[in-house]
Amino acid sequence: MVTAEKVWEALAEVPDPEIPVISLVDLGVVREVEVDGERVRVEFTPTFLGCPAQEVMRDRLAEAVRALGAEPQIDVVLDDSWSTDRITPEGRRKLQESGFAPPHPRAAAGPTLVQLEAQAFRCPYCGSSDTRLENLFGPTPCRSIRYCRTCRQPFEQFKTI
Amino acid sequence: MSAQAPPSAAVEAVLAFADDELVLGWRDSEWTGIAPFLEEDVAFSSIAQGEIGHARALYELAAGVLGGDADALAFDRAPEEYRCAPFVELQLVGDWAATIARHWLYETADSIRVAALTESDWPELAGLAAKMEREEAYHRMHAQMWLEKLRGNERFEAAVAELWHYALGVLEPAKRGRLAELVGREEVEAVERGSHADGFEALHEEMTMVRRSVPGAAW
Repeated sequence: MVTAEKVWEALAEVPDPEIPVISLVDLGVVREVEVDGERVRVEFTPTFLGCPAQEVMRDRLAEAVRALGAEPQIDVVLDDSWSTDRITPEGRRKLQESGFAPPHPRAAAGPTLVQLEAQAFRCPYCGSSDTRLENLFGPTPCRSIRYCRTCRQPFEQFKTI
Repeated sequence: MSAQAPPSAAVEAVLAFADDELVLGWRDSEWTGIAPFLEEDVAFSSIAQGEIGHARALYELAAGVLGGDADALAFDRAPEEYRCAPFVELQLVGDWAATIARHWLYETADSIRVAALTESDWPELAGLAAKMEREEAYHRMHAQMWLEKLRGNERFEAAVAELWHYALGVLEPAKRGRLAELVGREEVEAVERGSHADGFEALHEEMTMVRRSVPGAAW
């Protein structure tokens, strides 16, 4: 018998396709799980609209449900319910450990350039806060590039949205 | 789905918006590999990807009402069926001053459009607009950064002056005054949607080429 708890546990094992150290549950893209007998409905709230990994995420969530012997229904929710504040503390720790600076908490008004240029983002490699914004944009829609003046290492910063 | 079908004018507006984002994303992506410097290449390509992502979500929303899917709406229509503003169709690759002028004018116009859509009676559209707004904040920061660098530059100012009447055509007439205010220019007669700029046929040909090469393929 599939329970919501078992589904959550299974989804917590599904890695993000582009940053595999973090799971889709850590990333906060699973909003709700509803079990109705053999049917499991999962609400999936994607990160960035331009993220090419959206379909892969959706398909992997479905596969994980199927592996439990249940029939998945993945509902994609395209509203603003996902924000970087949904990344779990565990997810933030994993990001940090693999060289991604986790996002700052989102302020009500959203980020500004002045903030991003001035704020003391810590280098995930040496811990120094003497870092500068190198590029607002990075290799995927969710990342910016920063540079650590202390250890001279460029690093990726998860964008706050 | 909404309990009630959204009015057809709203669906038309979503389609026009999606066409703007797709075509601008396409034009911006023409800089990939040849932007003025490496970091800018990454940034402008990412912005292009963002616009195309927004187009996809808007097409999906429209497809929910009109039938078909996002790809069919994006690539299976004839050139005359696209509703994008001629502003986004202009091919500016090679002229960075003009490209940044358009980028800044477009993002400013878009901020007005997106803010209005977050209050739409169509709940899915309002939700999507709110999500887009979070991402657009980064596009605007980028445009602002360049504006500060290029403001007063002769080529940049000339490009803004030349593109201004095109930029107004992105918005419905009632919202143009606000754009004029934000940009600090007098409202002039706009280049309206409904006809295409030179070069749109060639762009359409290129944009739909892969899709036409193997009809019905799943990619």
